[in-house]
Amino acid sequence: MQSEVLIEAEKLTKKFGDLVAVDGISFKILKGECFGFLGPNGAGKTTTMKMIHCVLPSTMGELTVAGMDVARNGREIKQMIGVAPQEDNLDPDFTVFHNLIVYARYFDISKAEAKKRADELLNFVQLEEKRDVIIEHLSVGMKRRLILARALLNEPQILILDEPTTGLDPQARHLIWSKIRSLQKQGVTIVLTTHYMDEAAKLCDRLIIMDHGKIIEEGNPPDLVKKHVGEEVLEVAHDEKVMRLLQETFQGARLEVVGEKIHVFTNKSRGVFAQMLREVPFKEAVIRDANLEDVFLKLTGRRLRK
Amino acid sequence: MKLSNVPSHFRIPKLSYRVWKVWMRDRDVLMKTYKTTFLPPLLEPILYLLAMGFGLGGFVQLIDGESYIQFIAPALVAVSMMFSSFFECTYGSFVRMYYQKTFDAIIATPVSLEEVIAGEILWGATKSLINSSIVLGVIAAFGLTPSPLFLLIPPISFLVGLLFSAIAMCFTAISPTINSFEYPTFLFITPMFLLSGTFFPLTALPASLQILAQLFLPLTHAVTLARGLVLGRLELTLLLNLAWLLVVTPFFFVLSINLMKKRLIK
Repeated sequence: MQSEVLIEAEKLTKKFGDLVAVDGISFKILKGECFGFLGPNGAGKTTTMKMIHCVLPSTMGELTVAGMDVARNGREIKQMIGVAPQEDNLDPDFTVFHNLIVYARYFDISKAEAKKRADELLNFVQLEEKRDVIIEHLSVGMKRRLILARALLNEPQILILDEPTTGLDPQARHLIWSKIRSLQKQGVTIVLTTHYMDEAAKLCDRLIIMDHGKIIEEGNPPDLVKKHVGEEVLEVAHDEKVMRLLQETFQGARLEVVGEKIHVFTNKSRGVFAQMLREVPFKEAVIRDANLEDVFLKLTGRRLRK
Repeated sequence: MKLSNVPSHFRIPKLSYRVWKVWMRDRDVLMKTYKTTFLPPLLEPILYLLAMGFGLGGFVQLIDGESYIQFIAPALVAVSMMFSSFFECTYGSFVRMYYQKTFDAIIATPVSLEEVIAGEILWGATKSLINSSIVLGVIAAFGLTPSPLFLLIPPISFLVGLLFSAIAMCFTAISPTINSFEYPTFLFITPMFLLSGTFFPLTALPASLQILAQLFLPLTHAVTLARGLVLGRLELTLLLNLAWLLVVTPFFFVLSINLMKKRLIK
């Protein structure tokens, strides 16, 4: 695959007064990939997104999009980016269709072209039946789809999705995912933030995990899982005796007490837990595949964030 | 003077034709809701003319040879310029900025925040033009526009609207909540409504207050201009009123855009 760098940050920093929201991060996003920003609330993900699409100036560091400096070429960069923000900022006074028409105007799209694109996009996000409905009569999922359609009006090369599926039911999430994949197939570079690790694992070619404004890990999802939490996880009911036994059996493994359960992480190959369970049948023992959520919690901890 | 020496509150904003795209958005909303939004400017002046013109006017002597109803009619036109533009760019803009996040949506496109604010102010001025023209139509229907010069009022209403929209936008930039607008409304708009030569001649006030009103109350100038044109009394001092508006408006226009930038772009 040709790896042309489309977005590049070098020691990018954003301060709000004394608060350092983004603390000297560097990353490269390649053309055509789906790149994820993960992290707890307040990690600096949204702030980074806003700097990429030129609505928030950085405090220090370099940030370029398609070779252009965000501080100097904001207008040109915004022309090639589509943004689906976290919050609903659709225009409540307009219908679904008119929301798209008004938004297209900001991009200097002609009226005839705007109408054509609006109908195509409503078709794409399966909202054609809601074309003439006022925004307040839409469900949350429909609003998210309309926001996605709106972000595509200017036929962007880069699509920024800030928590695209938060608060959606499974049907709506799957629909959004399939749309994101089809856009990526068309060559659109996707930059997304999410709190859902299954979403990140499904969609992202590469991702970074941020915490307290810093990048604490980066890579592709399967590699990160393997590196940090191995291939399988054993969950058993918590008990002091069981704990001691596990410690003896799996030396060097990471044992974590989560509520009523012990989670066992090991870098040993697939099958070791099954073998052990055949010898010692623990109560409520479950073996499952290690996943990105395990990585995330290992790296950022289980402490609740603001 | 170097650019960095200009105090940041008075940097000249970079604006383009995109300002009109923001204006068009607000116009589109009005076109969808005109049935409800056109009613108050139509009915309110009729109420004032009935209550104060016919009712109260019966107890009031002629002022400068005019009946009381003829005296207040042009003032009602000026007052509608103030109210429509001030409320559009306080409550209206605040709702769009804070609750609807409309500004956030627009600045994710090639339109800049400066252009959004300028578009909002131009829209507020347009509301002044629309509403005061309706009031003008009402007083004309009552036969209270003796001079054809009243036809010059609409362009002036746009200028007056620009000024009040820009002042309003300054308050919007510094108001923590929508309830905060009660202060400028109560301390600035209401006194101005009453003390700008609207319901009695400015000369009835103590001399010091007359000077203060002329210096600091924009509505004084709008009322004087409207009255001069409606009555066909062209005096050279009207040019001073116009000049006052032309000097003060750009000042608040630039200030409001910079204050909004400080509020929204951290």
